[in-house]
Amino acid sequence: MDRYRRRSAIDRLAKAACVAAVLLALVPLASLLAYVAAKGVSGLSLSFFTGLPKPVGEPDGGMVNAVTGTLVLVGLACLFGVPPGVMAGIYLAEFGDNRFGKAVRFSADVLSGVPSIVVGIFVYTLLVLWMRGFSALAGGVALGIIMLPTVTRTTEELVRMVPDSLREAALALGVPRWKAIVRVVLRTAAPGILTGLMLAVARVAGETAPLLFTAFNNRFWSIDLSQPMASMPVQIFTYAVSPYEEWHRQAWAAALVLVAMVLALNAGARLLLHRRAPR
Amino acid sequence: MAVSVTALGRLSLPRRLAPAFWGEAHLGDRAFRLCTAAFAAGALLTLAALALQMTRASALSLRRFGPGFVLGTEWDPVRESFGALPFLFGTVVSSALALLIAVPVSLGAAIFLSELAPGWLRSPIGFLLELLAAIPSVVYGLWGIFVLAPWLRDTVQRPLSGALGGLPFFSGTPRGFGMMAGGLILAIMVLPTIASVSREVMRAVPVGLREAALALGATRWETVRHSVLPSARSGLVGAIILGLGRALGETMAVTMVIGNRAEISASLFEPGYTMASVIANEFTEAAGDLYLSSLAEIGLLLFGVTLLLNALARLLVWRIARLPDGARRA
Repeated sequence: MDRYRRRSAIDRLAKAACVAAVLLALVPLASLLAYVAAKGVSGLSLSFFTGLPKPVGEPDGGMVNAVTGTLVLVGLACLFGVPPGVMAGIYLAEFGDNRFGKAVRFSADVLSGVPSIVVGIFVYTLLVLWMRGFSALAGGVALGIIMLPTVTRTTEELVRMVPDSLREAALALGVPRWKAIVRVVLRTAAPGILTGLMLAVARVAGETAPLLFTAFNNRFWSIDLSQPMASMPVQIFTYAVSPYEEWHRQAWAAALVLVAMVLALNAGARLLLHRRAPR
Repeated sequence: MAVSVTALGRLSLPRRLAPAFWGEAHLGDRAFRLCTAAFAAGALLTLAALALQMTRASALSLRRFGPGFVLGTEWDPVRESFGALPFLFGTVVSSALALLIAVPVSLGAAIFLSELAPGWLRSPIGFLLELLAAIPSVVYGLWGIFVLAPWLRDTVQRPLSGALGGLPFFSGTPRGFGMMAGGLILAIMVLPTIASVSREVMRAVPVGLREAALALGATRWETVRHSVLPSARSGLVGAIILGLGRALGETMAVTMVIGNRAEISASLFEPGYTMASVIANEFTEAAGDLYLSSLAEIGLLLFGVTLLLNALARLLVWRIARLPDGARRA
C-alpha cells in the first residue's frame, strides 16, 4: 500500500509539473500582450496614421509611410509567393507521389527552416546589387521566398483532403483532368487554402530581418517599387533601439498595430476553419 | 495550418487514384502537369540557388581566411581582420541556454496538451501557444528591451550576483542586457515550436499502447513515462532539433537584448553577439568587399548548419507525424 501511495504521489507531482509548464509558457505571452496593449494605446493617435516620421522634438510624427509600406510589401510577397506556391502544391498533391515529389517536399520543408536573415543576404546579392540599390521590390521577393514553402505545403495538404469522388465525378462528365483540378478540386480546397494564406501573411507581415538589406527603410512617403520602402517592423526596430522617449512611444504604437493585425489574421483563419469543419 | 494538420493527425494520406485511371488523353493535361511540375521545381531551385549564391558571396573571405575563419577571435573592420569565433560562441551559448529552459517547459506543455488536458481545454491552450509563435520577432525584441531586461536585472541577476557572484557564470555587473536575456528570449520564442511538434508526435502514438499500460495498473504518469515518451522518442528529438534550428537563426529579438559586443565571456551577465545579429547590424554599413564577404560567410555557416539540422529533424519527425505549421518558420 505504501508503494502505491508513493506511485500516486509521483503521478500527482508529474501532472502538477505539466500544468505548471503550461502556465509558465503563457506568462510571457500575457505580459507581452498586456504591455503592448497598454503602452501601444497611449502612443496611438491620429497623427500616427497620417504623419511622416519627424525628427525628435517636432510634434505630429507618424508612420503613415511604414503602415502603407508594410501593406505594399506584403502584397508583393503574395504576388511572388502565392501563385508559384499554389502551383507547386497542386503538383505535389495530384502528381507528386514519386521521387521528384519527395525531393520537392523535402526541400520545401528545409527551405522553411532557413533563417530569414540568410534569405535577406541571398536577395541582396541577387537583386539589390543588380538593381544598384535597396528597393521595395527586393523586399517583396525576400518575403515571397519566405512564404513559398508554407504556401506549397498548405496547398498540398488541402488539395489532398478533397475526396477522390469529386475528381471521379468531374472526369465522368468528360471534363479533362486539368479542368477537373482547377474548377472542381481547387475550388473545393479554396477556403482552406485561403485560411492557410492568412496565416502565412500573418507571419510574413512581422518579418524584419530579411527587410533590413532589401527594402531597407525610408523616412519619406514613397510607393515607388524601385526605391527603398519603410515598413512597420523595421521602423519598430529603429525606434526601439533609439534613445528617444518619443520614438519609443511610437514603436509601442506600431507594435500594437502589428500585433493586432497578426492576431486578427490568426483568429480569422481559425474561425473560418472551425465554421468549415467543426471537430 | 496547425489546425488542419491536427485534423489529419498522422501520415495517413488519402488513397491516390491510379495513374492509369488518370489517363492523359488530353493535351492540356500534359501541359498542366508540366507547368505545375516547373513550379514545384522552383522550391528545389531556390534552395540550390541559395546555396550557390551564399557560397559565391563569401568566396573572397573563404579564400582569404580559409578554415581559420571560424577560430579567429578578432573582428576588426578597420584592419580588415575577421574571425567568427565570438559570434559562433554567442550563437551556441544563447541557443543552448534557450534549449535548457525551453525543452522541459515545452515537453511539459506538450504532455499536458496531448495526454492530460480535458478535451475542452486543448483547443484554447493550443491556440494560445500558436499565438506565442505568431507574435513578430521584433515585438519580442521591443518587449525584451523595456520589460524583460530590466526585470532580469532587478529580480534575477541582482540576487544571483549577491548569492553566487563567486561563480564565473554570474560574475560581473548585472545589467539586464546580455547573454542571459538573449537565451531567455530565445527560449520563449522556440517554446511553441518544440511544444507543437512534440504534441503532434505524442498524438501519433497508438492509443493501444496507453490502454495496455493503464490496464496493467500504471498511473497516468507511468503511462506517459514508460509507453508514450519512449515510442515518441525520435520524434521528440526531432522537435528539439527544429527548435534549435529556429534558435540559431533567430535574429531581431536576440539582437535587441544580447548587448552586441564581440566578446567571449563565461559570465551570463556579460554582453555577447550572435551570428545573425552581427549580420543584421553590420551588413548595410559594411564598407569594403572583404568585410561584406566575411559577413556573408557567417551567413553561409548559419545556412549550412540550419540546413543540416532541419534535414535531420525532418527525417526524424516525418516517420511519425506530419509537421504542424508552427515548426515551419525560421
